[in-house]
Amino acid sequence: MIPLFVIVPLAVSFIIVIVGKKSDFLCDILSNLASGFPFVASCFLLFVVGSSPLGAVVYKVGGWSAPYGINLVVDGLSVFMLVTINLIASMINIFCISYMRKYTAKWKFYTLFLLMLVGMNGIVISGDIFNMFIFLEIASVASFALVAYGVEAEELEATFKYIIMSVLASSFILVGIAFLYSYASTLNLADLAAVLQEKAPSNVVVFVSVLFIMGFGLKAAIVPFHAWLPDAHPSAPAPVSSFLSGVLIKALGVYALLRIFYNVLGVNSHLLGVFTFLGVLSIMVGVLLAIGQMDLKRLLAYHSISQVGYIILGLGLGTPLGIMGGLFHLFNHSVFKSLLFLNSGAIEYSTGTRNLEKMGGLRRKMPVTSSTSLAASMAISGIPPFNGFFSKLIIIIACVQVHKIGLAFWAVLGSILTLSSFMKVQKYAFFGSLKKAYASLKEVPCSMQFSMVVLGIICIGGGVLILPYINSVFLSPAVEAVMKGLGYKCTVFSLLR
Amino acid sequence: MSSYILCFVLFLVGIYGILRKRNLIKIIIGTVICEYAVNLFLIIFGYRQGGHAPIYSHGADISNMVDPLVQALVLTAIVIGLATTALVVAVAIRIYEKYGTFDITRIRKLKG
Repeated sequence: MIPLFVIVPLAVSFIIVIVGKKSDFLCDILSNLASGFPFVASCFLLFVVGSSPLGAVVYKVGGWSAPYGINLVVDGLSVFMLVTINLIASMINIFCISYMRKYTAKWKFYTLFLLMLVGMNGIVISGDIFNMFIFLEIASVASFALVAYGVEAEELEATFKYIIMSVLASSFILVGIAFLYSYASTLNLADLAAVLQEKAPSNVVVFVSVLFIMGFGLKAAIVPFHAWLPDAHPSAPAPVSSFLSGVLIKALGVYALLRIFYNVLGVNSHLLGVFTFLGVLSIMVGVLLAIGQMDLKRLLAYHSISQVGYIILGLGLGTPLGIMGGLFHLFNHSVFKSLLFLNSGAIEYSTGTRNLEKMGGLRRKMPVTSSTSLAASMAISGIPPFNGFFSKLIIIIACVQVHKIGLAFWAVLGSILTLSSFMKVQKYAFFGSLKKAYASLKEVPCSMQFSMVVLGIICIGGGVLILPYINSVFLSPAVEAVMKGLGYKCTVFSLLR
Repeated sequence: MSSYILCFVLFLVGIYGILRKRNLIKIIIGTVICEYAVNLFLIIFGYRQGGHAPIYSHGADISNMVDPLVQALVLTAIVIGLATTALVVAVAIRIYEKYGTFDITRIRKLKG
């Protein structure tokens, strides 16, 4: 059933091309089924992987075994990412039913959206480095087209910038893969890890690490490579922004970095130092640039940079607690950042603006949007008992545990600045007096409310994921898969035999 | 060795085009040159001096074959590059319709 995560959305996206022109209703149904099915399947896979003795499941494509054929590997980390991606995708898809009515050609949107989902699911389940590259490109090309979806001047400008930087990043990744292949003569991740471990340490691996940090770092929008994100994410339609900010930068960037560095190349203290430095830099630069913004979506995009910094910081600590904090923050950030972008979409849907100065007093007219947005804002700024509080707390405790008080200080400072920035959003948009122009404002349609409420509930109750029994199903298998490090190859080989 | 250096020079030409040119189309050509340099790099190290085509027939000498895998990789990379280039050229044309110019210094509605 592992290949179904790629096959179902891929098939449906092309079925929509054929039949979707006639009726939008059919598109809605098909697209929601195609994103709902992988979510259910990934929840099921959570238990399959959990009950398997080695904590992983392997599928051989075409029956060919490891170094010769392509194999798909689902271990704790992959299934964690699958659940996150498909949960957000299915919620956004429900939101789109009403929201995308204001655009023409809904079927084109659904096709591209599902292709993006295919790319992300593919990266996560792939056990082959070149396959990862292909799926990364599928997701990227679909996201280029979706950023330019409105074809207005600003959107095109942002898309151009995004494409040029992304193409460069892909070139760096491909050069990195080329060096690895010429050095180790294999492309399979597990085999690569085995061959690299046998050889003596070499400068080739260091050079490849630099290329991968540049390439995947640009996809993840870590700070020195972040310039495209604040333009590209706000320009897209709101559901697409929430998908891009919520999961795309994590599946393409953070997951790939994590898998390749922890499980294939192997980490050392220098590399972890680079990760923590980039993480702290992202936290501070992102949040400082966000405070001054008056465009709601642009502000949220800058916060994505800052929050990815937290994830990278947690993962860069290299301790089980730090990795757990990083992964938990990854899940939480997917939920609350998607929710915030959906809120901005709902506001734009009703009022037609995303400039904070033009809003005001929307709380009375849009109670659902307002309360879910409040929940998400509290979660992102780390107020207890929302989910963001627990993940940030774990990251900060992990920093203190390895005696890096400096890092903990920057993380706390970043969190306080995030809070101030979201106080501003709440004050300008939802509190204060209602503008006269909005006297006849209505709350958004049902389907949009539904997905916002579900994500809002996860924001409030997400903290339960670290409770002992629930933790052992969802989070700790992912942490174990990362902490296994180079043991990844033994797991895969013993399953292939 | 000289072929690797020339390949690297080609990559630098592409980077120069992306960084220094002000015309959108020239920037796109820069990215295409970059992609080609990477593809060429993959092909070069798959090449063996005096090697022959990697087709296995009964009793054939399999000692000195050109690496076929990189050629398959490059074929895939070319297809991806084609899709991206087509998309970015389409975007450039739409930008020309909106702004009336290809000059990157005059296309700046986004700021902040």
